[in-house]
Amino acid sequence: MATSTTPALTGDEPTGPPPAGSTPRRRGALLHRLDLKGAPYAFVAPFFVVFAAFSFYPLVYTFWISLHDVELATLDVMQWVAFDNYVELWNDSRFWNALQNTITIGVISTVPQLLMALGLAHLLNYRMRGSLFFRVASLVPYATSVAAAALVFTMIFERDFGMINWALGSVGIDPVDWEADKWPAQVAISTIVIWRWTGYNALLYLAAMQAIPADRYEAASLDGASRWQQFTHVTVPGIRSTIVFTIVLSTIGATQLFGEPLIFGQGPNGVTGGADNQYQTLGLLLYEEGWKNYQMGRSATVAWAMFLLLLIVFLVQRVVQRVRSRTS
Amino acid sequence: MTLHSLPAQNATAGPASPGKAAPRGGRRLLRQRAGRQHHAGPLTYVLLVVMAVLSIFPLYWTMVAASTDNTRVSQTPPPFLPGPNLFSNLARAWDEAAMGKAMVNSLIVAGVIALSTVLFATLAGFAFAKLRFKGRNALLTLVIGTMLVPPQLGVVPLFMMMAELGWSQQLPAVIFPTLVSAVGVFFMRQYLSEALPDELVEAGRVDGAHSLRIFFSIVLPVARPAMAVLFMITFVHAWNDFFWPFVVLDMTNPTVPVALTQLSAGYVRDQSLIMAGALLGTLPLLAMFVVFGRQIVSGIMAGAVKG
Repeated sequence: MATSTTPALTGDEPTGPPPAGSTPRRRGALLHRLDLKGAPYAFVAPFFVVFAAFSFYPLVYTFWISLHDVELATLDVMQWVAFDNYVELWNDSRFWNALQNTITIGVISTVPQLLMALGLAHLLNYRMRGSLFFRVASLVPYATSVAAAALVFTMIFERDFGMINWALGSVGIDPVDWEADKWPAQVAISTIVIWRWTGYNALLYLAAMQAIPADRYEAASLDGASRWQQFTHVTVPGIRSTIVFTIVLSTIGATQLFGEPLIFGQGPNGVTGGADNQYQTLGLLLYEEGWKNYQMGRSATVAWAMFLLLLIVFLVQRVVQRVRSRTS
Repeated sequence: MTLHSLPAQNATAGPASPGKAAPRGGRRLLRQRAGRQHHAGPLTYVLLVVMAVLSIFPLYWTMVAASTDNTRVSQTPPPFLPGPNLFSNLARAWDEAAMGKAMVNSLIVAGVIALSTVLFATLAGFAFAKLRFKGRNALLTLVIGTMLVPPQLGVVPLFMMMAELGWSQQLPAVIFPTLVSAVGVFFMRQYLSEALPDELVEAGRVDGAHSLRIFFSIVLPVARPAMAVLFMITFVHAWNDFFWPFVVLDMTNPTVPVALTQLSAGYVRDQSLIMAGALLGTLPLLAMFVVFGRQIVSGIMAGAVKG
């Protein structure tokens, strides 16, 4: 704007002739100190600002909302109801059903997924031709969105003309109603999760396997350990922290499960998780309460229940770990 | 095959340190002793081929279904070879199912998020890797801890916030909450603490460069390979993100995954149209994986927890 800005404002390199005395140097030193002290905080600030504004604050405020009645149409009208929402949720069979489904789908999607990833990583760790192709191929499902993957698998699991039922039929097994029956539906949904994440986890394991020093294997084979014993005694302990990391991430993912069951339910039924809520997860219940029943307070209550569930899972895991390390 | 397979950048030092040797950065970085490298036997190849078929088949079949018509898709046995209608179905999905608008929206959303994540994550990663400041370790632990907080839990207040800001059904509502990610910060920190020699930063200081200048002329050239990988991984995540866009956007202004739910929600399901939409929404990412598969694989492996 104005052309008469002072040198100090145009940057740290004074353009005009320096004013009297040693002022520029002192100012330079001051700026330098300020830069050394302040710049690191400025550099990490964007992350913390975004996290505080869009993750931390909403999480805390969710608890405040869960103590109120709030309707979707009138978001600014909040009526204090204390813990009524929690009491109602506790007495609501849909909540216990959703909790149970979340846990069962979580288990049947996470356990096979991580075991298969471990095996796949072991295979990928061999020296071979086309290793890059196999690695990229195992990542292809990761490039597919939840939405696209769920749509495809919904068709593959279709009752009347789906490929799975056709294959079952060709070996003489009666068609399965993958959507309407509880366990088939949960298996089908877990299949989508397993398909999308096995290759990704395998690559994490592979990276960790490659960091295991070769002499550990040499020592083991000198002791006469078989290939299998080397796998269980060297490889698995060697990638232990990666395994813990993937368990933690998959557990979090499992408690949040939403897109797969929603799309598997094909629109209208999706939000309720099937006609009898046979595959409704906590994520779907959260959405149903808020955006189908217009009860934002209850929706927030479900969110906090999910948060508590996560806390409990991690506490249990901590305790189990401590007990195991004490006994061993 | 970790980070040393990233494109070797000729990371010449910035103007602040003329004459300094270029860091061997990305190339030398994290090259590991191969843990144990037996040669693969025939059984390994067979199992890996089965795995590759299982990985790719659903997408192949998406293409098959998208290239036929509704009656052929619902035959038994289902078709296994492509039919003649691929392009007409893709065109229908583009026009009728709002996929055209969704693709443009997703491109904007994923592009902006990936750019800003790369910029902010590199800044923060540089600070955590190479700058000394009080509370550095505590803050880094906090960054990692935030990975354990699922963003889905804050969705109700976030929705209210966006309504108040007037961003409901608008792209900024999807962009702002994910401008930078903890994973990205941690990834860049890991890379830079290995790839960026301390002496290079010191040399910049001696030449009187301030931190931001050091960042632009010394750090950025070294960080470029990792930034490219982070860009692609972030782009994939942002393109595929489902829950929050589904909550805050609607059919008049969707991203690709949101538009896809609408495709499946009709009472009369047009299967080949649905599959054409799914294929269309996945194609950009598939193309990226075909071209940059090596870099993406190495990036994901470099971000893994080791040991």
